[in-house]
Amino acid sequence: MNAPLKKQHLIDPEICIRCNTCEETCTIGAITHDDNNYVVNADICNYCMDCISPCPTGAIDNWRVVAEPYSLEDQFSWSDLPAQEDVASEDAGGAIEALEDEIGALLEEARKGLGGKAVAPHSASKPTINLYNRGKPAVATVTGNFRLTDASAESDVRHIILDFGDQPFPVLEGQSIGIVAPGVDADGKPHPVRLYSVASSRDGERPNTNNLALTVKREPRGLCSNYLCDLPRGARVEVTGPFGATFLHPNDPAANIIMICTGTGSAPFRGFTERRRRAMPDAGGRLLLFFGARRPEELPYFGPLQKVPSKLLGKFFCYSRVAGQPRVYVQDRIRAEAAQIAALLGHAGTHVYICGLKGMETGVDEAFADVCRGASLNWATLKADMRDNGRYHVETY
Amino acid sequence: MTIINVDYTTKIPNNVDLASDRQVLKALEGWHPGYLDWWNDMGPEGFQESLVYLRTAVSVDPKGWAKFDYVKMPDYRWGVLLAPQDVERKVNFGQHKGDKAWQEVPGEYRAMLRRLVVIQGDTEPASVEQQRHLGKTAPSLYDMRNLFQVNVEEGRHLWAMVYLLQKYFGRDGREEADDLLRRRSGDADAPRMLGAFNEATPDWLSFFMFTFFTDRDGKMQLESLAQSGFDPLSRTCRFMLTEEAHHMFVGETGVGRTLQRTCEAMKAAGIEDPNEIEKVRALGVIDLPTIQKKMNLHYSLSLDLFGSEVSTNAANFYNAGLKGRFQETKIDDDHRLTDAVYPVAKLVNGRIAMVDEPALTALNMRLRDDYTQDCAKGVERWNKIIEKAGVNFRLELPHTAFHRDIGEFKNINATPKGVLLSDAEWAKVRDDYLPSKADGDFIESLMQPVSEPGRFANWIAAPKVGIDNKPGDFEYVKIAA
Repeated sequence: MNAPLKKQHLIDPEICIRCNTCEETCTIGAITHDDNNYVVNADICNYCMDCISPCPTGAIDNWRVVAEPYSLEDQFSWSDLPAQEDVASEDAGGAIEALEDEIGALLEEARKGLGGKAVAPHSASKPTINLYNRGKPAVATVTGNFRLTDASAESDVRHIILDFGDQPFPVLEGQSIGIVAPGVDADGKPHPVRLYSVASSRDGERPNTNNLALTVKREPRGLCSNYLCDLPRGARVEVTGPFGATFLHPNDPAANIIMICTGTGSAPFRGFTERRRRAMPDAGGRLLLFFGARRPEELPYFGPLQKVPSKLLGKFFCYSRVAGQPRVYVQDRIRAEAAQIAALLGHAGTHVYICGLKGMETGVDEAFADVCRGASLNWATLKADMRDNGRYHVETY
Repeated sequence: MTIINVDYTTKIPNNVDLASDRQVLKALEGWHPGYLDWWNDMGPEGFQESLVYLRTAVSVDPKGWAKFDYVKMPDYRWGVLLAPQDVERKVNFGQHKGDKAWQEVPGEYRAMLRRLVVIQGDTEPASVEQQRHLGKTAPSLYDMRNLFQVNVEEGRHLWAMVYLLQKYFGRDGREEADDLLRRRSGDADAPRMLGAFNEATPDWLSFFMFTFFTDRDGKMQLESLAQSGFDPLSRTCRFMLTEEAHHMFVGETGVGRTLQRTCEAMKAAGIEDPNEIEKVRALGVIDLPTIQKKMNLHYSLSLDLFGSEVSTNAANFYNAGLKGRFQETKIDDDHRLTDAVYPVAKLVNGRIAMVDEPALTALNMRLRDDYTQDCAKGVERWNKIIEKAGVNFRLELPHTAFHRDIGEFKNINATPKGVLLSDAEWAKVRDDYLPSKADGDFIESLMQPVSEPGRFANWIAAPKVGIDNKPGDFEYVKIAA
């Protein structure tokens, strides 16, 4: 077992202009300076993020995972920020996805299927993380709550729109937000946080709105999902985040994106598709969606997806419980499209994203291995290479 | 455009409860059309219809105040925002030290306070006027956006001062507010009040130097006004300082990127001697000695903004608790300065010497020294860029006595090292120390606009990070929106 790692807030001395705004903003005295640099005291900083947005340069928004925090003397002596050290932990060497251990643990669990360090796509925008936390949540207003699944379907999956009013809540496609159901548990402790992927694109549910959408499935005894699914329009919800810094949409229009999901795992891919449609409608890269559900009636966004032109999005729906038809899973469709998939996997601009239930991971992995074998590619090597280059992403639960 | 029926209570974001302050609201409503006329006449020329990715202050909460979006500049939400009130706040210096901070203007200081607000207010629109032609020669969309951000925020700072005039100074205040729109930078009949604000800003290097040096004077003035015992002025200035930081950023990084590009180009061409000016210029970059000359000019002009070294006005402002020292509350002394002295650089028997003066009358000098220290730290950052590139050259701030029009040294000629020269000697070397006509022409020849997203003019390097974390090829200004 390794020593506990810490996420340390640092200021880039090369970019900082010593304007003193951060020190002025920090109410707890975590920021100080000498004649050389402005620095953050790791013993005092509580990640409130108040200093981030007033900084005119962006120098303030830097983080390193460390076993032993850099001292003030270390920081005073720098003329550049040190590179992230290879700390002895698989998950911690990459981008910082969240600042709180509670959230970090959830994301780590969701990324387990990656089998290595998560890396953001090279062309992804830089995400904002942890602007709001439990102590200081954002308060959103519910402006929509619609059932996505057919009335006859067993599952109740809902599209929920949260509006942030005047509060800034910058998100990128693929990021998550945290929701804590109000109240306390039997022991009088607050409920654990739940993460939900953002289902809209960065500029909002409609362009230039300060809102975002979630895709939430009502779980039989799920405290948070029932809380969310029951919220009426106008209700106010406390939100933390945004979280996640690797499962992100590549900005490169030439990037091919293969998206594989089941159920509410479709949420980030709705965001991805919308981003492509709005920002780069003529993108050269292909966008493919393998989407598994039991029946069409239970497939979230079934109706709207029909209207997305196949030029923008190649759609492969896979149903496992349609009466009188053989069961088809996403891995089956991947195998059926072997030629196309193999061609894309051989291309250095191709990104793969898997999101949904943990149960799908093995099947999908085997399908990719089969497809590769048929094309004389080695999936194990390719996957590791894609992962290290930010082109292979897993988020399962 | 029609300005009738505009809902000003939503058009003017504010945290001063304008909606229930009918009289001030009415006064601001009366002033608003004139402001928009001024903006359209004297604001950035040729880009009023473009969509600019701007930061708007909509609240003073650290998380809420910086909101980024595409905005047409005339539609920018110029707000009235004051830093949160501290009900326990005291007057922290001068003869009223220890009294509760004033929420209304003390009658005996009305004229002095009005003058302070007007002088500060006059500089805000002036720089917008000085910079109005620069959009046309922007070296990139990124830089163009930064220019416009500076411009709209100077506009907001004018609003901030006008709010104080309208709210606290009655009819006089309203007249002063109107005059702020009447005076024009460089106008023969109605110039701006301070010299440096009537100088032209002919090119982008001048703009960067201006935001580094002149806006830094603004930062020092705002900081000492933020110490004021008149609480609304203090709160206004404290919030303005957070915006002013962006202007420092534009200046420091603008010059820094210019230096970096010059050094890179020199290294690539194998030029080791920075003084081979013609060879360096042939690369299409600005040679380092010329950058030093630009710096000499702007630094010396900015020093004039601090006024006379020894000033009874400054002493009166301080005594009255209206304008403090830079970071007054962090200084460890009696905050009254009754017996203290301060060393002032003076001309004594034809030589420059330090003379102890009563600290109260030497307050301008002290603020100027704090300013010089602040500048020197920025210049050191620039030197690091040059050093890192492996070029053997150092930039240096010129001597206080160099090229001055106000104060002790206005009637003498001094070199940047502080050596005194006769008029005839000075005439021979002037162009070694200050930009010549030919230098200006050369710089102007480089000022070719670049408007393709992600591209930069040859004479300036790309920034290290984008604004609001945007990627390198972000379209910061949609020119033909």
